[in-house]
Amino acid sequence: MNQGRHDPHDHPHDDRHSEISQSAHPGYFDVMETAVRELLVEKRLIGPGEIRRQIEVLDSRTPALGSKVVARAWVDPGFRARLLANGRSACEELGISFYDDTQLIVLENTDKVHNLIVCTLCSCYPRPVLGLPPDWYKLKPYRARAVSEPRAVLAEFGTVIPADVEILVSDSTAMVRYLVLPKRPEGTREYTEEQLAGLVTRDAMIGVAVIDVETSGVPQ
Amino acid sequence: MQNESRATAKATPGPVAALGEEPVFRAGDAVRILTRSPIGHYRVPTYVRGKKGRVEAVIQPAGIDNEEEAYGRNAGSKLHYYRIAIPMTEIWSDYSGSPLDALRIEVFESWLERS
Repeated sequence: MNQGRHDPHDHPHDDRHSEISQSAHPGYFDVMETAVRELLVEKRLIGPGEIRRQIEVLDSRTPALGSKVVARAWVDPGFRARLLANGRSACEELGISFYDDTQLIVLENTDKVHNLIVCTLCSCYPRPVLGLPPDWYKLKPYRARAVSEPRAVLAEFGTVIPADVEILVSDSTAMVRYLVLPKRPEGTREYTEEQLAGLVTRDAMIGVAVIDVETSGVPQ
Repeated sequence: MQNESRATAKATPGPVAALGEEPVFRAGDAVRILTRSPIGHYRVPTYVRGKKGRVEAVIQPAGIDNEEEAYGRNAGSKLHYYRIAIPMTEIWSDYSGSPLDALRIEVFESWLERS
């Protein structure tokens, strides 16, 4: 967050902005990525169009898709049952395709169980339904601590889980991805499916947060 | 007549499953994750090696061995992944959260033994 350093209204508008440019040298992995990409293209294994298309696929996946899945599960018990039985095929019902050959297990939070997801080895994440993971999800402190002191990690997100509620941490390592089905918050009986979807956050679907109508931007 | 055909059906052996087609472990089985130290690409994090757990579910469908596939090798016959339940207190002797807390992790069949 650079806002503190560079608030757009902190300076007179006739200020000259410095040109946006790449000043630092590319890192080791940037160079490697460029080299591998150029080789693959040169050897005609993939084309630039395919790379661009896959970026478009990834850009089209955002937490809004996951929110739609959760809201549908809250209002439609039949869908909820299918979602818990097979996350992938239930998402496909809503037009969310799984382009990466992964399975999806949907983990339901209840009064007795709170689920948290992590990938300790790398950054496995339910990208087809949530898009790209947040940076903290990929960094070692979260990955190491989510499995060793999940309650402390949750507390840092402002999420305090009572001791009589079991915390289940699911570590994704291979072909399965996870999505948390958060608890539907109190006081939302009159909400439409669309309004419910507006309450569901990315963090709640990772399991680091719970959904609270009081603190959410309540859609009217 | 009907009884006769039923008897015949019973005597006829059903299709034989290929090796690896049927999962070796079932939900509820007590298992131990092997202690191995492969060099290079692996999918079983070190913190669960040697730990005891229980099979919560067989993950379908069966898959190839990702650890072999990573090297571009023929990963051979497919085997199953299992969703393994392990109490946090089994993993961390000094675990400070609730004793109810637990881990779930998917482990390939070649990394499991009965305990």
